[in-house]
Amino acid sequence: MSESISRRALLAGVAVAAGGVVLDQLPLSAQNAQPAQASVPPDPSLVPGGPTTPVSARSPFESAVRTPAGVITGPAYSPIHQLTGTITPSDLMFERHHAGVAVIDPAKYKLLVHGLVDRPMVFTLDDLRRFPSVSRVHFLECSGNGRNGYRDPKPELTAQLVDGLTSNGEWTGVPLATLLREVGVKRGATWFLGEGGDASKLSRSIPIEKAWDDALVAYAFNGEPLRPANGYPARLFLPGFEANTSIKWLRRIKLIDQPNMSRDETAKYTDPLPDGTARQFSFVMDAKSIITQPSYPARVAPGWIEISGLAWSGRGKIARVEVSTDGGAHWTDAALQDPVLSRAHTRFRFPWRWNGKPAVIMSRATDETGYVQPTLEVFQATRGRGTDFHFNHIRAWTLRGDGTVVYGARA
Amino acid sequence: MTVRIVGLVGALVFATACGGADTARSDDRVAHSSGQLARGDVPLGTIGRVATAAEIQAWDIDVNPTGHGLPIGRGTHDSGAQLFAAKCAVCHGARGEGMAIYPKLIGREPHDDFAFGRDPKLVKTIGNYWPYSTTLFDYVRRAMPLNAPGSLSSNEVYNLVAFLLAENGIIARDSVIDQRTLPAVRMPARKRFVRDDRTGGSAFR
Repeated sequence: MSESISRRALLAGVAVAAGGVVLDQLPLSAQNAQPAQASVPPDPSLVPGGPTTPVSARSPFESAVRTPAGVITGPAYSPIHQLTGTITPSDLMFERHHAGVAVIDPAKYKLLVHGLVDRPMVFTLDDLRRFPSVSRVHFLECSGNGRNGYRDPKPELTAQLVDGLTSNGEWTGVPLATLLREVGVKRGATWFLGEGGDASKLSRSIPIEKAWDDALVAYAFNGEPLRPANGYPARLFLPGFEANTSIKWLRRIKLIDQPNMSRDETAKYTDPLPDGTARQFSFVMDAKSIITQPSYPARVAPGWIEISGLAWSGRGKIARVEVSTDGGAHWTDAALQDPVLSRAHTRFRFPWRWNGKPAVIMSRATDETGYVQPTLEVFQATRGRGTDFHFNHIRAWTLRGDGTVVYGARA
Repeated sequence: MTVRIVGLVGALVFATACGGADTARSDDRVAHSSGQLARGDVPLGTIGRVATAAEIQAWDIDVNPTGHGLPIGRGTHDSGAQLFAAKCAVCHGARGEGMAIYPKLIGREPHDDFAFGRDPKLVKTIGNYWPYSTTLFDYVRRAMPLNAPGSLSSNEVYNLVAFLLAENGIIARDSVIDQRTLPAVRMPARKRFVRDDRTGGSAFR
C-alpha cells in the first residue's frame, strides 16, 4: 500500500499537463468489470438455466477481488484469504507494475537476444511457441510481500494485505537455455540482463547460471496465454526468485560480463541490514507461511475450526509446516496437501477445536534444505526494523473472545 | 528410433555451432530419455533470425558502471536545474524532496551512518543510498519522466544527472558530466553494498 500511484493522482499531477500519454493506453475493462446481476428463480430446478457463453464469469454471489485497483506504479494484492487449494485464478493473480500494463500486439512482438553471443537473434512469439516447451507449477512472489505487516502492523490487516503479493500456477514456455544455445554464448558472459518492453523498461541483471538451470521465457499461465497484467505476450520467469526479476513484457536479453547495477538492483530490491550494509542480489525467496483461514476479518465460533494456509520456499519443497495455537509455546505438525511441489505454494491444514478463549495462532514452515521460518523477534534482530524486502518471519493471528480475528500476536 | 537418430544429429550440429566446451553442456542433451521430445530434435538455426544492427542499436540502452553504453553528450547543474523545474518537479518537488509516493531524490542524511536497516524512518535518496552514478543515466533515460519515458535527449539526461549529483553534494556545481566523467563519480554509499550470503539450511541471515 505504501508505493502506489493512482490514476487520479497521475491525472492530477502529470498526465494532464503532458496529454495523458500513458493513461490513454491503459486497458480499463478489468478495473471496471462488475459481475452481471443474475435473476435468481425461486426454485432453479424448475426452470431452464442460462445458455453457454464464450467466457465464463465468476458467480455474482462471489466478491473476491484484487486491491487496490487503478494503480499504474504499485501493487494490487491477491485475495489469498478468499482462495482455497494452491492454484491462483489468473484474474486474481497479484500485480505489481512500474509504469502500467503494457499493451503489446503479439504479431509485432519480438525478443532480442544479443550481447556476448556468436549470433544476436530475434525471436517472434510464433518462434517461441515453436520451440520444445515445458510446463511447471511454481509460485511467484514480490520480495516486498509482507511489508505492510512488518512496517505497519495494524490489527485490521487482511491476509490479502499482509501476503497477497504471491501467486501460484502453471507456467508454460521455452527454457531460456534453449534460446541461449541458438545464439551461442561467448566465453566471459557471466550475467544476463533482462529488460521489459513496457514504459518502465524495467531491467535486472541475473547470474547466467540461472539461465542454464531453470529460467523460462513463459508465454502461458494456467493453460492460456499470459494475461496482459502478467506480461503478455511473453515474460521471463525465474523459479524461486523475487518476482521483480521475472521481467514482464520481455523484449531483450543481453549477455554481459558484469551486473549492470540497474535502479531496481541498487536503489530498490536491496536489503538494508542492522550492521550498516545493504544486501544486494538477494534473489531467492526464503521459506515462509501464513494462515489464510481463519484471518481478519473472519469471525469464528467455538468448536471445530480448520486452520489452513499456504507455505512456500524459493529453495525447494516445503518439508513441514507446524501450527501453534498458544502463541508459539507449543507446535504441532499440520497436514500437507499432495502433491508437494518444489518452489510452489503448498496448502497446509490443521483441524482444531477452539474453546472460545482468546488464542494466538501461528504457522511455521520448514523447507527441504532444513531452513526454518524465523520468529518475528529473530527476524527483527537479524534484519533490522528498517529492512525493506524479504519479510518472511512467522505471522500470527489473534482470536479474541468474541470470535473476531485480528492480525498479530495481541494480548 | 527415428527420433533418437535425429536427436543425435541435432546434438552434433549444436556442438559444432557453439564451438566450445564452455557453452556446450552435454547434460542438456542427454536429459531426454523415455521418448520425450528433446532439444536435439530441433536443429539449431531453424527458428528465429539474425538480428540487424539497427534493431540492436534501437533497443541497446543499458549503461553499466564502467560507462559502457553511455552516449556522446554533456550536461551541467545549471542546465539541469531548468529542466528539472520543467519536467521533474511536478512529481518530485521543486527541491527534489519528493511528494506522496514520488520518491525524494536529494538529501544526504544520515550522512556517514547508513542506518537504514535499523531505522525505518530514514528516507533513501540518490545521495545517501544509490551506489553507482551510472545508474542515474540508465534509469532516467529508460523510464523518466513517468508520463513520457524516452523523450529526453542525451544532453538532457546528462544535464539532469549533473543537477542531481550536484544537489546531493557529490560533484561541484560547475562540473561537466559526460561519458568520461560520469563513471568516475564515486557515490557516498558505494561501499555499503554486499552480496547475498543466505544459503538455505539451518542458518538465518
